[in-house]
Amino acid sequence: MNLKRKTGPQAQAELLDAESIIKDARRELAAPMRRLFGKRLLTLGSLSLLSGCELKDGNSVNTMLQKISFFNDDVQGWLFDPKKLAPTYPESMITRPFPFNAFYDIDQVPDVDPDSYRLKVSGLVSGKRIWTLPELHALPQTSQVTRHICIEGWSAIGKWGGTTFSSFLKMAGADLSAKYVSFQCADEYSTSIDMPTALHAQTLLTFTYDGALLPPKYGFPMKLRMPTKLGYKNPKHIIEITVTNTYPGGYWENQGYNWFGGA
Amino acid sequence: MRQINIHPAWLRATHWINAVSVLVMITSGWQVYNASPIFPALRFPASLTLGGWLGGALLWHFAFMWLLVGNFALYLGLNLATGRLGRKMLPLTPRLVLRDLYAALRGKLAHDDLSHYNAVQKLAYLSVIVDIIVLVLSGMAVWKSVQFPLLRELMGGYDRARVVHFFAMSFLLLFFIVHVAMVMLVPRSLLAMIRGR
Repeated sequence: MNLKRKTGPQAQAELLDAESIIKDARRELAAPMRRLFGKRLLTLGSLSLLSGCELKDGNSVNTMLQKISFFNDDVQGWLFDPKKLAPTYPESMITRPFPFNAFYDIDQVPDVDPDSYRLKVSGLVSGKRIWTLPELHALPQTSQVTRHICIEGWSAIGKWGGTTFSSFLKMAGADLSAKYVSFQCADEYSTSIDMPTALHAQTLLTFTYDGALLPPKYGFPMKLRMPTKLGYKNPKHIIEITVTNTYPGGYWENQGYNWFGGA
Repeated sequence: MRQINIHPAWLRATHWINAVSVLVMITSGWQVYNASPIFPALRFPASLTLGGWLGGALLWHFAFMWLLVGNFALYLGLNLATGRLGRKMLPLTPRLVLRDLYAALRGKLAHDDLSHYNAVQKLAYLSVIVDIIVLVLSGMAVWKSVQFPLLRELMGGYDRARVVHFFAMSFLLLFFIVHVAMVMLVPRSLLAMIRGR
């Protein structure tokens, strides 16, 4: 700042300037409300601008959202009551036709040959590791009519038949204290579930739909059916079951769907 | 003279946190809705939705639900604990609402005292509080229909819980539109909600 004293017309002009500045300032001070209003609106405006560009694409935001999603897995694990049963329905309430749903179109449903098919059981298991279809079909069978709830929001009621998954795991000598059971499918789909859900009374390894052999569009030769989980957690065309303590993720889960996916 | 605060700081804070979380919940909820519209003719424009795709929207929705519920519980708890809710929102009778609604329609409802709500305001603010409770409960029924059987049956089953959730959202949206329109008519009320007086 120039503090040198000045004289003459130049000084007079500066004095006038100073006066008008003070006048302006006084007027501004007289309207504090308007001033504040404008200032705060500006702040709100810039906040919303920030949300427009940074919040949606920012990596740190995605990381935070994913962390909360893992936290939500823990909450759901804690909420999950192993004894609480999903509602069952009379056969008259079955949704007909039951919708086909996958990450591909119906003409790309995998064609699994029943004769050469082998189910592989791997990881923390001490028993039989290779199963043929007739061996699986010979297991005790049960069926249930339950609601399939899709992550998209729609739901449909269907009837699945098969063997209780908990007894299958026991028969295979699975370590029931392991954290996860993961599934590899013939359509290259994959998913994984928590052990408490795997042992739930309504979790079935199913081979039939509505009393008939499970058709390819619904997951031949087998689908794991869990009415306590959303649709994408119910794998079809299973070729390998792994018992593990290492977080396995899954096809949709790795893209952002919540891992627990409980209903 | 010491100026009296119309809105205490905790109320202003919870109000704005609620505003942000409600906007995130609604815009991400619209993206989720679009994945399987309840009414096939109604879809929300992608430009108004948050999350980019179903999975992204659900991440937002299930993250901000904690902020919405936590903040709302704080808002309601402090309102009850301080007695502010009863002081501000009562008395409220249909007669008073009709009287003030009639006055408002003739343009004769005064706004000179921001610390006092007219009966139409009281009804609107109480309704939106109840509406958010319905939104949270129906949302919980949709989220965990197996784990919360009582809530599910209260809503009339899983599918109906979605419909309840949708209409509760619609009411909240309607409130939001009218609320913002009224604030634009009486800008001083925005100032009061920001700086307290």
